[in-house]
Amino acid sequence: MSLLSVENLHVTFSTPRGPVHAVDGVSFGVGAGEVLGIVGESGSGKSVTLRAIPKLLHANATVSGTVRWRGEDLHAMDDARLRAVRGGQVAVVFQEPMSALNPVLPIGVQIDEVLTAHTQFDAAARRKRGIELLGLVGIASAATRLGQFPHEFSGGMRQRAMIAIALAAAPALLLADEPTTALDVTIQDQILKLLLRLVGELGMALVLVTHDLGVVAETCDRVAVMYAGRLCETGTVHDVFLRPHHAYTHALLRSMPGEGAARSMLVPIPGQPPRIDAPVPGCAFAPRCTFTEARCATTRPALVAMADGHESACYAAARLGSEIAA
Amino acid sequence: MSRGAWLISRLLQIVPTFLLIGLAVFVLARLLPGNAVMAMLGDRGTDEAVERMSHALGLDQSIFVQLVGFLEGVMSGRLGDSLAFRIPVTRLIGERLPVTMMLTGMATLFALLAAVPLAFVAALNANRWPDLVIRGIFQVGLSSPIFYVGLVLLTVFAAWLRWFPVGGYGDTLWERVYHLFLPAMTLGLSFAAIVMRNLRASILGVIHAEYVDFARAKGLRARVILTRHVMRNALIATVTLVGLQIGSLLGGAVITETVFAVPGVGRLMVDSIFARDYPVIQALTLVLAVFVSLAFLVTDIVQMWLDPRVGR
Ligand SMILES: Nc1ncnc2c1ncn2[C@@H]1O[C@H](COP(=O)(O)OP(=O)(O)OP(=O)(O)O)[C@@H](O)[C@H]1O
Ligand SMILES: [Mg+2]
Repeated sequence: MSLLSVENLHVTFSTPRGPVHAVDGVSFGVGAGEVLGIVGESGSGKSVTLRAIPKLLHANATVSGTVRWRGEDLHAMDDARLRAVRGGQVAVVFQEPMSALNPVLPIGVQIDEVLTAHTQFDAAARRKRGIELLGLVGIASAATRLGQFPHEFSGGMRQRAMIAIALAAAPALLLADEPTTALDVTIQDQILKLLLRLVGELGMALVLVTHDLGVVAETCDRVAVMYAGRLCETGTVHDVFLRPHHAYTHALLRSMPGEGAARSMLVPIPGQPPRIDAPVPGCAFAPRCTFTEARCATTRPALVAMADGHESACYAAARLGSEIAA
Repeated sequence: MSRGAWLISRLLQIVPTFLLIGLAVFVLARLLPGNAVMAMLGDRGTDEAVERMSHALGLDQSIFVQLVGFLEGVMSGRLGDSLAFRIPVTRLIGERLPVTMMLTGMATLFALLAAVPLAFVAALNANRWPDLVIRGIFQVGLSSPIFYVGLVLLTVFAAWLRWFPVGGYGDTLWERVYHLFLPAMTLGLSFAAIVMRNLRASILGVIHAEYVDFARAKGLRARVILTRHVMRNALIATVTLVGLQIGSLLGGAVITETVFAVPGVGRLMVDSIFARDYPVIQALTLVLAVFVSLAFLVTDIVQMWLDPRVGR
């Protein structure tokens, strides 16, 4: 059974200019010790999906679908139970390290409050764990750093501090939204290795949102590709990268510079992603797709199993063939 | 710059501030239209009397000698005698100032006790009925002039219900609190409205901040999120406002003390202006300006204490 399962998730924001369908029927699961990558262009709904899982969206968001945590409906939990899951079992790393830390509290306090909420540690043990956590994410002179405020940290250090906070209570699942964007390559490697070590040693599950297909190739077991709030394709990284079954994934991989794999950022595909304020009847990618057929514009393709554990929502799946000769 | 150095430089700032206040008061007193001595003496202003008085007040000396004399006097606490009461100005103000302090202190306390919790209730129910009711009531409070609010409270609670005295002061602390209750409510109302509106807006600004979402993601209790993450950040902006309002609060005290016959410096100021009691006006201006700049100092220190980014 998966640790986390998301079924048919929809998120609609009501804005002064009308509804915005940010997430439109997304389903996926993550098992213990598994690393799922979520990729997609900017605005494709990755962050909103991640925030919807532990119910972090605000009142202007209408969320439907089911989110199960160890089989239990997470969105139907009472407050106390939800609090225990948030931060204790399901932790989140936000995309913006500059604004996610409280400017008026020392970093130590911001770590400490997680430990207070989710562990029985006394003050001394919490402090010891705080120092250990900062060391773990590679922040030097941790004991001094505990007493400092976010404005005394560099952008990269804030991001690492946020990761330390998320990891504080040893969660079973980490939802990490581009956790390494503000970091230079060496530290990025160090953080990813740390996360993979926690996955390997403690069986932590990891959902990793990223723009970087190279990172996905190196770190993830499975990948979910999103486009305009919809899930295009999921499967093992190996299957999806080698034999994409969705025209968008196909285009995405082909738009990567060089020979695929190592550390390549997403290069946008010509054309614009569609507006998401009016639901598109057919496939959202159709206007930019080179494999379109008539029904693509009118009837939305359903997510169907292409092979074992490999699902795609594309009429052209079979025609994409083995064009990716990576 | 360290926070300690920041604090020391902020404290030192008070010296030039006080000097400037002194200078301003000195210059203003001499800019008053007409001859001050003539004005003071009124009908009794014969040439001889004017000359005698000018000499007594040192007004026949050069302006620099006068300024030095004035500043010396201020430093040593000699501010002259009241023309109307014939007692030293310092004694007069010393008797009246505590009354006004207590009035403004109570008004501030009432205002904050009402405004802070209500701002939270309003912000947490933004645009729903509790918010609309609270904002509506304070809107009325904000748009009613102080003397009107004072008269309404007097009529209802003092004249009809007889819960409170119509005016005056008392001898014991309790009596004083009792006498100042309605005046403090009157004076505090518009202050409360301003604080409530400002705090409500800053809570709404903070409540959707990323760090508040992050705090929710940590699984903290709602109460902890509200006090530790929302309130502290929201108060930073409001503290400055509260400090800046002390000046208008003193202005309001002048009216309130007049309506409720409270023997404070506000009423003393009005009486002195009508009586052309220049030494008192001058000294009061000085004392109130110093008081306001001390309030600003306290505001800055509280600000520093709340916000670790200040002074770094
Ligand atoms: N609170 C909100 N109110 C209205 N619209 C929102 C809100 N949050 C997100 N959106 C919209 O939802 C869509 C998806 O946003 P999301 O942040 O999930 O994108 P993303 O895939 O994370 O992009 P990026 O890679 O740039 O982080 C965007 O069009 C965004 O404008
Ligand atoms: Mg994002």
